[in-house]
Amino acid sequence: MNSQTAFANALLNPELPCPGGLTTWNGSDPAMRFAVYRNNVMVSLIDALADTFPVVQELVGAEFFRAMASVFAHANPPRSAVMAYYGQDFAEFVASFPPAASVPYLADMARLEMAQVLAYHSADVPPIQAETLQIALNKPEQMVSMRMVLHPSVHFIASPYAVFSIWVAHQGAQSRSSLDPDVAQAVLVFRNSLDVDTLKLSAGVGQFVHALQNGQTLLDATNAASSGDSEFDLPQALALLLRLQLITHITSGDRYHEHAH
Amino acid sequence: MSNRFNSLLRPQGAPAHNLPRRAGVGLKPEHFKEILETQPDLGFFEIHAENYMVPGGPFHHCLTRIRERYPLSIHGVGLSIGADAPLDVGHLNALAALLGRYQPQSFSEHLAWSTHGPTFLNDLLPVPYNTATLQRVCDHIDQVQTHLGRRMLLENPATYVEFSASTWDEPTFLTEVVRRTGCGLLLDVNNIYVSSVNHQRNAQTVIRALPLAQVGEIHLAGFAQSQDGNGDLLLIDSHGAPVAQAVWDLYAFTLGLTGPVATLLERDNDIPIWPVLLAEAGLAEKQLHEAMEKPTQKVLRAPDGVLP
Repeated sequence: MNSQTAFANALLNPELPCPGGLTTWNGSDPAMRFAVYRNNVMVSLIDALADTFPVVQELVGAEFFRAMASVFAHANPPRSAVMAYYGQDFAEFVASFPPAASVPYLADMARLEMAQVLAYHSADVPPIQAETLQIALNKPEQMVSMRMVLHPSVHFIASPYAVFSIWVAHQGAQSRSSLDPDVAQAVLVFRNSLDVDTLKLSAGVGQFVHALQNGQTLLDATNAASSGDSEFDLPQALALLLRLQLITHITSGDRYHEHAH
Repeated sequence: MSNRFNSLLRPQGAPAHNLPRRAGVGLKPEHFKEILETQPDLGFFEIHAENYMVPGGPFHHCLTRIRERYPLSIHGVGLSIGADAPLDVGHLNALAALLGRYQPQSFSEHLAWSTHGPTFLNDLLPVPYNTATLQRVCDHIDQVQTHLGRRMLLENPATYVEFSASTWDEPTFLTEVVRRTGCGLLLDVNNIYVSSVNHQRNAQTVIRALPLAQVGEIHLAGFAQSQDGNGDLLLIDSHGAPVAQAVWDLYAFTLGLTGPVATLLERDNDIPIWPVLLAEAGLAEKQLHEAMEKPTQKVLRAPDGVLP
């Protein structure tokens, strides 16, 4: 084992002894000084997670959060130097972290907060022009095979819990008293100009967005949304996506026929 | 290996690093709005490269606008030049793209490692100073400079341990790296101070032994205090406090040798409101003015961008 391997392993595993070959000017125990590196690494990773998941932290308290984040970070150190994206598998970890089981919506809150970070840094793509969309929609024969490409900042979270309401309740100082967490909610996260927006969607619109994101045709997405939500209204759903400027391209047929902006 | 890069750059004649000899501040998203609104009189801004390796959004929006008005230094924290493994070409490509987009006046990285295998450790870890490390670090710097098509600055580290495998002292090691690769030195005066306390070196002696003619930028930052196993003072390079008086004194000493050099105020933790950082940069600017007026006990300085 080379020296950097021993050093790296000992940084991430506090059970391992301090690596060999370290010296100090005063003969003091190098392990005490090595602990500075160990602490730097772990604190920086936990801080990065705390930055990305502020409401998750509020829901469980800083002490619990940092202990949970430490378990996560030891087992899942970053795989990239781009720390903005660290924690993409945190929600999954939270979902299977037994001590957090008493807060069943915690993992979905982590999904929502990660989506907000991803939306914040996502690519800048201009929306499709309304006229382009109008022309395409006026050709019903094309609508069957039409696909809509949504803005890269768009993230959709469907939760069996009221994650949107809980998230809203943790923005500022609103009262959190009369909140029933056991209500399913569909949440849309996207960037509007330079700000990340978070909206609650009806179940049907949520399914519609989800289907479009999965590359389903407009027809299939509409059918999926209508079968799950009898109140789904296609013109309303399209008007919402247009108003929020979330449709960037449409493609039709088997050919990748782009009608860009 | 030693002069490959010299021959590459010289005929082009373009200054490889020409940050103004003024004070700059590390750019933080907390301050985007105020900087754009108030357009403070500052020499330059510095960013951490990895924070901007994202496709779009407010970071690029704001940096583009700030770059239109200010010189820029791009400072990498994740290239892992000291790693005993090949450099990550994907990371080098991302750096090249970022440098191409923002055309910074300076690019710098650390004499440290931060990755191991697929793992990014998010800290700047120390290397032993010996021939094996020298060869590896020089090879990596050659690769970086060739890949990016420009000279880079290498920053001296703050360290908490030394290695029994070291056969060189730090300034001799850095001098040799600079000589062999033609890179410049990013002289972090706080790191010199921190390491000098931590390893009982004389900070002024260390600075005098560095290749001062090749200093392209100076970093100043604050440290935190701790204790080692013997109860002796151990300083931590925290970037979370104002610059200590001892570091300001060492900075004045350094400027007396180098003359004015672009100087960055680094603050990455417990980030204060913008006017506080701006005022701290003003203190550096004041010393730079004084250095400009004073004749230095000057080491021979190469003009910016010209290799010795």
